[in-house]
Amino acid sequence: MSDFTRRDVVKAGVGIAAASALGGPALAQAPEWKIQPEKGASLRIMRPAKFVQGDETLFLENTAKYEKMTGVKVRVDSEGWEDLVPKSAVAANVGKGPDVVYGWHDNAHQFPDKLANLNDVANYLGAKYGGWYDLAQKYGKRGNNWISIPLGAAGAKIVWRKSMVQAAGFNDVPKDYPGFLKLCQALKAKGTPCGFALGNAVGDGNGWTHWVLWGHGARMVNEKDQVTLNSPETIAALEYAKQLYDTFIPGTLSWLDPSNNKAFLDGQISLTANGISVYYAAKTATDPKIKELTADIEHAQFPVGPVGRPTESCTMVPAMVFRYSKFPNAAKDYIRFMMEKEQYEPWLEASIGYWGHPLRYYENNKIWTVDPKHTPFNAVVKNSLWLGYAGSLGYASAGALADYIVVTMFASVCSGAKSPKDAAAEAHKRAERYYKI
Amino acid sequence: MTTAAINRTGSLVRKPLVEFLDNRNVLSVLCMIPAAALLLTFLTYPLGLGVWLGFTDTKIGRAGLFIGLENYVSLFDDGVFWLVVFNTLLYTTVATVLKFGLGLYLALLLNNHLPFKAILRAIILLPWIVPTVLSAIAFWWIYDAQFSILSYMLEKMGLIDQYIDFLGKPNNARASLIAANVWRGIPFVAICLLAGLQTISPSLYEAAALDGATSWQRFRHVTVPMLMPILSIVLTFSVLFTFTDFQLIYAITRGGPVNSTHLMATLAFQRAIPGGQLGEGAAIATAMIPFLVAATLSSYFGLQRRKWQQGERDD
Repeated sequence: MSDFTRRDVVKAGVGIAAASALGGPALAQAPEWKIQPEKGASLRIMRPAKFVQGDETLFLENTAKYEKMTGVKVRVDSEGWEDLVPKSAVAANVGKGPDVVYGWHDNAHQFPDKLANLNDVANYLGAKYGGWYDLAQKYGKRGNNWISIPLGAAGAKIVWRKSMVQAAGFNDVPKDYPGFLKLCQALKAKGTPCGFALGNAVGDGNGWTHWVLWGHGARMVNEKDQVTLNSPETIAALEYAKQLYDTFIPGTLSWLDPSNNKAFLDGQISLTANGISVYYAAKTATDPKIKELTADIEHAQFPVGPVGRPTESCTMVPAMVFRYSKFPNAAKDYIRFMMEKEQYEPWLEASIGYWGHPLRYYENNKIWTVDPKHTPFNAVVKNSLWLGYAGSLGYASAGALADYIVVTMFASVCSGAKSPKDAAAEAHKRAERYYKI
Repeated sequence: MTTAAINRTGSLVRKPLVEFLDNRNVLSVLCMIPAAALLLTFLTYPLGLGVWLGFTDTKIGRAGLFIGLENYVSLFDDGVFWLVVFNTLLYTTVATVLKFGLGLYLALLLNNHLPFKAILRAIILLPWIVPTVLSAIAFWWIYDAQFSILSYMLEKMGLIDQYIDFLGKPNNARASLIAANVWRGIPFVAICLLAGLQTISPSLYEAAALDGATSWQRFRHVTVPMLMPILSIVLTFSVLFTFTDFQLIYAITRGGPVNSTHLMATLAFQRAIPGGQLGEGAAIATAMIPFLVAATLSSYFGLQRRKWQQGERDD
């Protein structure tokens, strides 16, 4: 970090001011992009394995287009999700490997001093495309400097069966917590319960428990990284979750990430939280019984808790350029190129709603309106908080998250093993091991 | 002329070298170097590095500083760590006892003259041949809260009216995972013990039968002592495999619910790689070593009792 010059910092500040002043999602007067790839440059890119076929197809097509336009040779490797973190960490440590890594959400904050400063890319894109959402800035920036450029984020919404919710006497998913609890109770009474994962499920388990936690105004740490988990708000969140759990289908304590998809598509649950994947599994199913569900599946925003703002989370994919790269300009230029409208829009559309955009301008993309069921996913990045809220991102937040402290706290209350008070106190103690006092 | 001279000097140089190489001590050292190099590079170095990492605060992406026993002190105060040690010991003990009881029983059965003996023995090995991850995924479905075939059958038979929560309750989850591990581990035990049984000379049984020994006495005083050496080796291996189990847990529960099925290996991985705390993960892994050494030593002392076999007294 120490060798960012003062000029970089000043430039970054100006850029952000300009970006936030623009506000609206209209395409701004194009700022000038001056960075040209080095002569004879070649790049190695590492990215997560595809979410959907279209994602990878368009990513590779856009890359081929870049090669043709600039003459830079680019090789793209797709890596399994769980291999991505250790591989990029090894690259950072040994100073050798891919030039650009599209990693997982807080990766960049685990080795910030191994990464190139990307202020020029971020400021250019932010100014041109209506600015970055707050969450994109949180993930992308360390202090005043951009250390990664968010490509997009995969998020979840409430996924529900219209026929079942209507049979329970509701037309829509209520927008507040008490109403949502009533709906879940009514669904249970009708024999079509809801279900949310309480096993050690990286995506689904963390997703809904943090939503309830933050929705009550509770959080693991405050802005100064002091652990604040043992609080009346946390206890209120746990009490609410316990009531909600009593309406779940039996067995959710063992659910991992795929479990709710399976139960939902089998018609065993009426409502859960998930990405757009369940809907697409139904839409593209060859089994007529599953395909039938397509018309009955609806998506809704997560209800908003007493705290008064949406409190969901998402999985951000940040692009990082390693300092050891011999062609930093080509790397920056490539990242910029992939985020430009001409490339990004077809890619966003081919990803059929799996990826949420981090730049405001893309709110208007037709993928969000071509099917009304896509629309709630438009707000994934806009509505989300980061896992580690309200503290900083880094080793402590990553460690606490990987140890499932929040999921375990909720699961021990829901299973009846611990009282909310005891569970909050224990989780607080566990969090303090990471956020050392 | 010149070629001859070179030859002569060449052989003059080679002679002491040949003698040097002919020396048995030198030769034995030389022959051991490749094996030693392999062991040092691929076993000792990684093990040493792991132990060293346990004494540092290394994070993923950042080299660490030596912090002495800090990781261990912090683990000592960590309730989750102790829960995991308990889980691991329980898992290893129960699974090993079951694997041995059932494996020995199976080996004795297979040692009899059965029709299609060869095919039966091949089939017995199947659970062990299937890659662990595949069998783990199969068990994950068998234990599924909504789609369990076991619950389905029991319900159809009218024995239960609600699906069994195999993996949702701590003790159910532990029992389910132990069952999966036992299923997977039995063939190894059974086939190894079967090999041991077949080395026992039939004349011993004949002699015992002539002396009027009952079948229990024959088992107790002929089979068990003769099987002891291989039994202790198989026991050690089985304990080592079970103690360090990772794949079954990671595929079926990831350590949940509420950490009730986390083993030391899975916790070490979880904290080191997804959690980025390499130092702490290494410390947890290192904490497994005393247990593993104890298991190995017990096998060593088991082998010392070989005198049994020669019919000498045990002293």
